[in-house]
Amino acid sequence: MKILGIETSCDETSAAVVVDGRDILSDVVQSQIDIHRIYGGVVPEIACRAHIESIYPVVEKALADAGCTLAAVDAVAVTCAPGLVGALLVGVSMAKALALAAGKPILGVDHIHGHMYANKLAFPDLAYPCVSLVVSGGHTSLYLSRSEIDHDLLGTTTDDAAGEAFDKVAKILDLGFPGGPAIDRVARGRDPGRVVFKRTVPENLDFSFSGIKTAVLYRVRGQDAKKPMALSSPERADVAAGFQAAVVDMLVAQALKACARTGARRIAVGGGVACNSWLREVLAVRAAKEGVETFFPPPRFCTDNAAMIAGIAYPLFKAGRVGDLTLDAVPTKVHRG
Amino acid sequence: MGTPAEALILDTHSPAETAELGRCLGAAARAGTLLALVGDLGAGKTLFVKGLAAGLGAGAVTSPTFVLMNLYPGRLRIAHFDLYRLEKPDLPSLGFHDYRDDSVVVMEWADRVDERLLGDHLRIEFEVTGEDSRRLMFRASGPASRALLGSSGLA
Repeated sequence: MKILGIETSCDETSAAVVVDGRDILSDVVQSQIDIHRIYGGVVPEIACRAHIESIYPVVEKALADAGCTLAAVDAVAVTCAPGLVGALLVGVSMAKALALAAGKPILGVDHIHGHMYANKLAFPDLAYPCVSLVVSGGHTSLYLSRSEIDHDLLGTTTDDAAGEAFDKVAKILDLGFPGGPAIDRVARGRDPGRVVFKRTVPENLDFSFSGIKTAVLYRVRGQDAKKPMALSSPERADVAAGFQAAVVDMLVAQALKACARTGARRIAVGGGVACNSWLREVLAVRAAKEGVETFFPPPRFCTDNAAMIAGIAYPLFKAGRVGDLTLDAVPTKVHRG
Repeated sequence: MGTPAEALILDTHSPAETAELGRCLGAAARAGTLLALVGDLGAGKTLFVKGLAAGLGAGAVTSPTFVLMNLYPGRLRIAHFDLYRLEKPDLPSLGFHDYRDDSVVVMEWADRVDERLLGDHLRIEFEVTGEDSRRLMFRASGPASRALLGSSGLA
């Protein structure tokens, strides 16, 4: 079964054709990163306009790369939540138009579930149950995944997302956007024990990253956060390394606690922060000590892409979770009461 | 009771005290209440919003930096905007006017917009005075925000 997937929830316009949730015939990602770098972050009005300009050629290229036509596709899948509403709407409208014009079924996909499916794309033999850790600019959540499409929320951030903390700290340290890769780069080879930040690990499975962001601010600009930054490059690198090590420790602690509490023996990580080299190293080592297996998709499946959307649509289709043309974009996360 | 207060300066000495000020305003908030928060990273804005949400009987609040706006159901709906990532925010395209009149709107990094576009609002500036201490400066811009400040019990 050939599925065309479309993903436009943030700043990447992407389309892919995937067969049976496994074989990626094409995966086209048009990044807007260069446009947004000028502004130090994703600007929604600009993101929407860029999606509108890119969506048609990106879908055409995905079909051409896959060597097929729209008529030869069996279903259309699209990210419908969560994300920037204007950005999501571009993909949802495109998918509905294609589904209507070609008479194909349409499937709405949760972006977070897509990130978790990235592990299934990379490791088809990944078995369940497993603990899924999704870490990105907008999300930091732990799930107990009972199958590739059924995920129970175990914990989530109570303030900032981990990737957001990376971006904000990179801005405080004047390291540029996006913050994650910038911090990873300067922290490499530095001693993370030189500047130590307090680890906040709630008793439950939630996360909190707002305290460490503030702590970095004090470290750099003094107690009233007003002193201009007077750190040398090596000092900045040490702060970056200390910050990164603290965030990684918090993520690892909660992920392993989730395994202990649920009895799961596997951790699958997804989302942009899953590219972080320190997280990969530390989680793999500590999990191995506890006999827990870890899975990290290759970087191209960690960042936003449509292959994970087209991929997960296959088991969703098999489970009968098919949408219709009333499908709508749902921008906000569901908040626990 | 004299004339409702127009401006107020309060010092807090712990994160809990900062959140408590938010809770007081949440308890007094009405549909159409607009709070414009101004202050640096780590100044306590999101913490204040957590208190505000508690005062409105709403649940967990998380940073809307990435998605720009979160909605929380409570005694009144809360629309929580965060303009941090925007250089020149365009309020209509953010959906600001969809929530302005029937919700409690709280906006972080409100100094990124011209305050004349906001209408009657309570501006709250957060100043970091020490590791856990903050100074909050409240300024009402019209009759509704003056009345809110008066009925909040803060003055």
